[in-house]
Amino acid sequence: MKNETPNEGRGGLRQRVRGLRVTLWTLIVPPTVWAGHFLFCYLWVAVSCAKMGAFPRFPTAFVIGTAVALAIIVASGWIAWIQSGTPGDPPPHDDGTDIDRLRFLAHATVLLAALSFVAVVFTAAPALMLTDCR
Amino acid sequence: MSLHAQDDIELRRAQEDRLRAVWAPPTGWFGRWTDVNNNVVGVWYTLTAFTFMLFAGVLALIMRAQLSAPGNDLVTPSTFNQLFTLHGSMMMFLFAVPMFEAVAVILLPQLLGARDLPFPRLSAFGYWSFLIGGVFVAGSIFFDVAPDGGWFMYPPFTTRTDLSGLGADIWMLGLSFIEVSSVAAAVELIVGVLKTRPPGMRLNLMPLYAWYILVVAVMILFAFPPLIAGDILFELERLMGWPFFDAARGGDAILWQHLFWIFGHPEVYIVFLPSIALFAMIVPTFARRPLLGYPWIVLAAVGTAFLSFGLWVHHMFTTGLPKISLAFFSAASEAVAIPTGIQIFAFIATLWAGRVVWSTPMLYATGSIAIFVIGGLTGVMVAVAPFDWQAHDTYFIVAHLHYVLIGGTLIPLFGGLYYYWPLITGKKLSDRIGRTAFWFLFAGANITFFPMHFSGLMGMPRRVFTYPAELGIGGLNMVSTIGSFIFAFGVLLVCLDLARSPWRQKSERNPWQAGTLEWLAHPDDEDWGIRSVPLIESRYPIWDQKNFVSKVDEGRYFLPDAEEGRRETIITSVLDARPIQVIRLGTPSAVPMVTAGVLGSVFILTTYHLYWLAAAGVAGTLACVLYWLWTGTGEIPEKERKAIGHGLSVPLYCSGASSSGWWAMFITMMADATAFSGLVFGYYFFWTRADDFPPSGVGMEGPGAFWPMAALALTLASWAMTVAAREVNARGAEGAARALLGVGGLVSLAAIAAGVAGPVATGLQPSLHVYPAIVYTLVIWTVTHNAVGAIMQFYTMARSIAGRMTPRYDADVRNITVYHHFMAVTAIVTYATIGLFPGVS
Ligand code: HEM
Ligand SMILES: [Cu+2]
Repeated sequence: MKNETPNEGRGGLRQRVRGLRVTLWTLIVPPTVWAGHFLFCYLWVAVSCAKMGAFPRFPTAFVIGTAVALAIIVASGWIAWIQSGTPGDPPPHDDGTDIDRLRFLAHATVLLAALSFVAVVFTAAPALMLTDCR
Repeated sequence: MSLHAQDDIELRRAQEDRLRAVWAPPTGWFGRWTDVNNNVVGVWYTLTAFTFMLFAGVLALIMRAQLSAPGNDLVTPSTFNQLFTLHGSMMMFLFAVPMFEAVAVILLPQLLGARDLPFPRLSAFGYWSFLIGGVFVAGSIFFDVAPDGGWFMYPPFTTRTDLSGLGADIWMLGLSFIEVSSVAAAVELIVGVLKTRPPGMRLNLMPLYAWYILVVAVMILFAFPPLIAGDILFELERLMGWPFFDAARGGDAILWQHLFWIFGHPEVYIVFLPSIALFAMIVPTFARRPLLGYPWIVLAAVGTAFLSFGLWVHHMFTTGLPKISLAFFSAASEAVAIPTGIQIFAFIATLWAGRVVWSTPMLYATGSIAIFVIGGLTGVMVAVAPFDWQAHDTYFIVAHLHYVLIGGTLIPLFGGLYYYWPLITGKKLSDRIGRTAFWFLFAGANITFFPMHFSGLMGMPRRVFTYPAELGIGGLNMVSTIGSFIFAFGVLLVCLDLARSPWRQKSERNPWQAGTLEWLAHPDDEDWGIRSVPLIESRYPIWDQKNFVSKVDEGRYFLPDAEEGRRETIITSVLDARPIQVIRLGTPSAVPMVTAGVLGSVFILTTYHLYWLAAAGVAGTLACVLYWLWTGTGEIPEKERKAIGHGLSVPLYCSGASSSGWWAMFITMMADATAFSGLVFGYYFFWTRADDFPPSGVGMEGPGAFWPMAALALTLASWAMTVAAREVNARGAEGAARALLGVGGLVSLAAIAAGVAGPVATGLQPSLHVYPAIVYTLVIWTVTHNAVGAIMQFYTMARSIAGRMTPRYDADVRNITVYHHFMAVTAIVTYATIGLFPGVS
């Protein structure tokens, strides 16, 4: 994976991002964030409604939680996006090379990040629009 | 072309003889049932699941006959209750999930060019458990004791022993047993996909079927354990009177619904995705081109798996949860339509881009998509809470669920049957019968289930054994009944086609001209799985790689021989499939079967309240498992490395994170931790529900802080000793390692005593109230794990003393360390919860 040449030196951040390790675990970061956000929203509301009998102190916790979740998703999507552009052989990138495997995982992560982004927004929408426990 | 050893025909013949001898199936009237080869076990598994499906189908026909006219009295209400419960439960637990596992056990090794899955005996164990449990559950109807609480068994009617009989126990215990075997199969399949791919098959070259198997097996790992946790609570209530679901004593029936549907919704996708996975193999073959959008499909599979865990409450829209909570689940339900749609569109696009051959499997594929889409649309309708309030528990739901299941699970499986039959038997099925059957199935499904949308909206509740004529739904029901018999006729045709197969002649090899590895199979198949393990450079090697088939057949790839007379396969690295080990596989043995039988007896005896015999069964199971592990795992090879061809040589022994055993342990512990989370969820659930939790009163005083903290400290000490044993052993200090393990085992036993001392000392009475009951449950769970931990420590010590574990060959201690990591976390959560939490609140 260490043989990319052209713009070495330029865009140091991009280079470093490109060199990050990609595994099966990084693939599931975005949906895992969705799951965490989902659980957070559900439990927060359930506990507040049951124990305090009122909608949780709206909307700070949700806004912060949602912003954090979206930020992580965007970040991992962005990293994956850069990695999916690692230069190498011509498309369709379906070969058994290191670069193609990297690009595949990165590409799938970008897609998962997009899906997770939408799903987080879906989950957050009712919390921001409905404001009581009934 | 260079001179290659494999050019020598004599050599090849000698290799083939050796392989044939090694892989020869066992013989004899009993012996042949001790087989563990995936091809054989997989076929038994498939046949058994298919038989259960036919049985459950007959039950459905009886139900439909009963419902054909208003006021009918073909069966009694009690029989009807048993019919629908057994029908639903069998279709889900004894057909859909096991069928996925069965098909995967057959196909996966072939798709991956492996000789067999990494733990053949585990597959056999799973099969025997499934058979025993399945016959036990299904047979109950002949004794009029079948479960009758519906496939979701809602308490309190099912937990109150005065309202429900033995059937509820049969459901819980019989199906728990089967869940155990499902989890076993999931472990096997996950490790199979991750570790037994052929060299070169990097993640991006993996057949999509393998991706789906991986995703679904992981889903099983997170979906089934909550149900197992629920089963435990359920049986504790029924057998011991611990009131988890009894509102009068602080319990709450809604907890069951949560645990059930945390399993139950993902279950729907667990049975849907593997069938769709078959399409991912069928569509490219007949479109004669690679599937479009490979990463998109992987996205869809992974995305669906995740989102499907956020939907469970849509089955509980009418239970009075806060509306805001419902909204989250409604949102997730709509979101999951996205990845599902993407999969369907990828298939359609591939068909569009290719030159489609309209074979019989393709007919099934397209037809089932049509049915599934209708079910998907009504699914989006019921995911909208207000609509669901109208439709809930009516025949509209029955219509929806059957469109999804028949379109998404059953008909695709029939398509897969037509597609893969030549792979398994070397013979094709009849195109003519297949197509005729398809049209009966297609018409039958629609005629049966489409009218149910209307009968449901017109007010027909589900699970009623009859209805009055005034409701005006007699006609619709008659149509449904006729449709169900048309459908059954289609199934019958398929069965006839199968029955005629033995008299047909063999077809040519790879009859569909497919491009993926499994079609290397020869019509006159050998038991060795694959002649040589290929080097993979493409997603469709048979299409793309030059002389691929002949090179495999001539043994020009890896591991063409079995010099040492052992069954072997190659283990590769997870990401890039670099060969890292050759493992010796389990050979035919009665141990898996006997273990399954003894374990099964535990569940069955408990059903009949024969506790002492059941306890003997537990001891017997433990003995079997120890024998199995001692004789069958962690073997020290006779040499360090083995040449696998092409100048490559790999170790015969691995330990730690690169070995398959370590992965199996790690994955099993994930399932275990998930079940535990289910119980902990129960504790906090009761806490949110009640204002006085923990309650005050005699027999309800908490276990205090002292004993729980003592138990925690002891568990952590034992954990530290295990870790230390691993380290000193690796540095050659075997004596010290043995001492640490021995003392660690004793400390684990002490942790049990301390754990139990807490609730006993304060005199908690579990049958008084749900608080003491859940505290006891958490303690029992934890100390049982301590006991297993102690057994592992003593076992490992014994291995070391017996010379079966050394500083170099240390897989045993590395594997049990994984267990002890999880053990430590379990203890922390349990004891913090019961010892500290009430004080905090
Ligand atoms: C010709 C095929 C089939 C027919 C005629 C049929 C018919 C029925 C009927 C009449 C019910 C009971 C409705 C009620 O009164 O509550 C039912 C329930 C159910 N069916 Fe089917 N079914 C068929 C195939 C399947 C398949 C293939 C599956 C799953 C893979 C399945 C899963 C279920 C489930 C889960 C229930 C709910 C049981 C309950 O309410 O507890 N069915 N079916
Ligand atoms: Cu659902």
